[in-house]
Amino acid sequence: MNITITVNGEPMVRSVEPRLSLVDFLRAEGLTGTHAGCEHGVCGACTLQLNGQTVRSCLTFAVQCDGQEVTTIEGANFPDLQEAFIENNALQCGFCTPGMLMTANDLLQENSSPTRDEIREAISSNYCRCTGYQSIVDAVEQVAKQRSEVA
Amino acid sequence: MNKRISVLDLPNSYVGKSVPRPNAKRLVQGRGTYVDDIELPRMVHLAFHRSPYAHAKILSVDCDDARAIPGVVGVYTMDDLKDTITPWVGTLDHLKGIKSAEQWPLANGKVFWQGEPIVAIAATSRAIAEDAADQILVDYEELEPVTDMMTALDKDTPVIHPELGDNLCFQRGVDSGDVDAAFENAAVVVEDSFRFNRHTGVTMEPRSIICDYKPADGELTLYMSVQCPHMSKNLFAEHLGLDENKVRVICKDVGGSFGIKIHTYSDEMAAGAIALKLGRPVKFIADRLESFTTDIHARDHRVTARAAFDADGNLLAIDMDDVTGVGPYSVYPRTSGIELNQVINLTGGPYKHRNYRVDGKVVFLNKNVMCQYRGVGHPIAIAVGEHLMELGARKLKLDPVALRLQNFIPQDAYPYTSPAGAIYEMQSHHQCLDKLVEMMDYEGLRSEQKSLREQGIYRGIGFASLIEVTNPGPAFYGVGGAKIASQDGCTLRLDPTGGVTATTGVTEQGQGTETIIAQVVATSLGVPIETVRVVTGDTEAVPYGGGTWASRGAGIGGEAAFQAGKALKENILDLAAIILQAKIEDLDIIGGNVVDADGGNERLSLAELGRIAYFRGDTLPVDAQPELVVTRHYTQRDYPFVFTNAAHACLLDVDIHTGMVKLQKYWVVEDCGRVINPKLVAEQTRGGVVQGIGPALFEECLYTDEGQMINGSMADYLVPMAAEMPDIEVGHVETPTETSELGAKGVGEAGTAGAPAAVMNAINDALSPFDVVLSDMPFTPDKILRGLGKI
Repeated sequence: MNITITVNGEPMVRSVEPRLSLVDFLRAEGLTGTHAGCEHGVCGACTLQLNGQTVRSCLTFAVQCDGQEVTTIEGANFPDLQEAFIENNALQCGFCTPGMLMTANDLLQENSSPTRDEIREAISSNYCRCTGYQSIVDAVEQVAKQRSEVA
Repeated sequence: MNKRISVLDLPNSYVGKSVPRPNAKRLVQGRGTYVDDIELPRMVHLAFHRSPYAHAKILSVDCDDARAIPGVVGVYTMDDLKDTITPWVGTLDHLKGIKSAEQWPLANGKVFWQGEPIVAIAATSRAIAEDAADQILVDYEELEPVTDMMTALDKDTPVIHPELGDNLCFQRGVDSGDVDAAFENAAVVVEDSFRFNRHTGVTMEPRSIICDYKPADGELTLYMSVQCPHMSKNLFAEHLGLDENKVRVICKDVGGSFGIKIHTYSDEMAAGAIALKLGRPVKFIADRLESFTTDIHARDHRVTARAAFDADGNLLAIDMDDVTGVGPYSVYPRTSGIELNQVINLTGGPYKHRNYRVDGKVVFLNKNVMCQYRGVGHPIAIAVGEHLMELGARKLKLDPVALRLQNFIPQDAYPYTSPAGAIYEMQSHHQCLDKLVEMMDYEGLRSEQKSLREQGIYRGIGFASLIEVTNPGPAFYGVGGAKIASQDGCTLRLDPTGGVTATTGVTEQGQGTETIIAQVVATSLGVPIETVRVVTGDTEAVPYGGGTWASRGAGIGGEAAFQAGKALKENILDLAAIILQAKIEDLDIIGGNVVDADGGNERLSLAELGRIAYFRGDTLPVDAQPELVVTRHYTQRDYPFVFTNAAHACLLDVDIHTGMVKLQKYWVVEDCGRVINPKLVAEQTRGGVVQGIGPALFEECLYTDEGQMINGSMADYLVPMAAEMPDIEVGHVETPTETSELGAKGVGEAGTAGAPAAVMNAINDALSPFDVVLSDMPFTPDKILRGLGKI
């Protein structure tokens, strides 16, 4: 099937198999920052934005995205969040990180001053096997504070 | 003579500082390079047809329909690969009596576990390869599976590998002192039986490999997600019949490993053989089901144990039986017997008792293979020992902290040889536990616990004191004949710009290896850390080394880097002395400049020195040949391993109506010797603790009696998620090891080692008003309610 899909602001016209998932489509385009961890919507490593909504790209078919806009980690615009992840060592192996950042960004857009429990609840959609999560909570909490000070 | 204090103690030392990880930047931008991110020209993708049975004879395999699918490049059974690869046997010479059967990359007439690969399909895409795998028709004759470790050695149980005679993989015991007399004379004896659940690593990035064979050169390049590149290089060369110097392993970013990516896997070896057959790159990325059914599993133990105390609360003896049910093979090359060794070495490790007996057996089962995973034996040993201490305290009516402090090996007794024969250089159990109790406000928590109980809230406080095996010497694997390096090396090159390139055999999986190596090199050499670039993971680029295992990166790799820094500094100062016409002893390197040792006046930048050395040798005396590349290696030879120690405490509530456990807080005081990077030590500890909480509360590979794993998906196999995890406070005590100048020990596994014990003890403390004692992991709500007699 032929689809037109805008990825990180760049329109792409492609012919894809109906069974091709969005994550596999993006990875084949060289956008390898979106990771396939479980391929059934549980682990959250493939989380990205579709028309501004946070979705699992392993549960989304590329053909469903015809005419839609996708933002992957390569096109994401939250440098303060990324910086806070580095500063707090909120990542080790980094495999969950793009998806975790997408989820954290989604939380901060909906709730500018989340409590630690709210952060923990929000990122419970994403597996991390390395950090034990505390440093991720620290990073998100720090960004919420920084943003509220600026605002 | 240089009488200054060590460079490690100088104010400008990077050692001891929480330097952020420079390699984290690419990962937060999604610009890492995991194996599946790599595309090579003409690459084919592998999928496997795997056994649905735990034990069966293969009567016939029909691949015709699979071969006919467009895009399929090759279909292989074991018979098709036998001319290309040799089988392996997972035994080690120093594990007396250990046995295992020959293992091939694909099933060789029989299948021994559900998930064992039978046919490999190479195709132009993974999807096509999977389509073809579905078209393979295999005729089986089902055989009776052996799935119960407690009856695996019974006479009427089928023998999995008839050529081995029985289902016993390995047996080892220790009987030290006079255990029977100690129990006869004991004032108090406590005992319990334990069930440790089979679980697995669940790395976010599954096992991944690309085998790129170039027939013209006879060279094989392996892009692998792996902890030990040199070990893999050796194994692929040996079993594919290649010269070792024709095999290169490149390991870029690794998406979690925890001991999973350190073993020989059938499907990865098959990928190597098929690459040789095809003469083109072959990629295999395990999917999640393949991960659950073929990544090594860990810790399936059944233990009965007892401890004897005198009336004053002195621990006299520990006596235990341990049975482990591994898979149908001992895993190559590390074996599935090492974990029993660790259990024997570690149980009751912090304490001064002199009577100790263990009878351990490792038996084969028709389940997925089992082998070393983060913590290796520690969680079992520590849970058993620390549970017995808690039971002892209860029966003796002593505080569990006081009982531990009373029974720790006295501080003046080090170096100390344990009744198991392990030698401890120096431990700080008293100091760690004292600090822990202070950090957590133990007294305050006890009084809060009391008042909460009156309100019907059952809060528990659980402790675990532990020792951890780190910085291994050749005694671990090398003496057993395995080509697994315990030494490691670091090469430093001063570049013409004044920057330093460091290459090292220890590897990075996100724990921060590259960062700490940069810290050590910058400190040892006297340069800004930003000018040090660290390269790991490429066997063509780095010194021969062991990689990541047994918490050795900082202790072994760090010391090699420290010594390399010193050696390069000496060479640089030799040259600087010539250029500056000064005496070597009057010069030093600080902040990337050669300076006067006295006063610190800047004399020559390393960039200028590099310029002269590399481009203007004509200006130097004829006998002055700059040597600005040095390599140093380090082998820890003083002890078989260098032990660290730690104290853990867990605070949790048990809801007696629902059986749910709510973790409130967790504390760790960790002594890993010299702390190179406090933040990274704390983060290793936190991540490790959570990886130990997982199997204590959630994680279990569930099998039916027929050997079918029934929860092989992330939706069914539960791991810790953020909402359920507590904040974890980490404190440090530093007892540097004298086995090295740097003094660092390991820290990677201690969190995972201690957490199951602390969680178990906290649950039992919470349930103490009901006189309920649980020791069957994971502590799921149904087990807790059953314990309480509610269901």
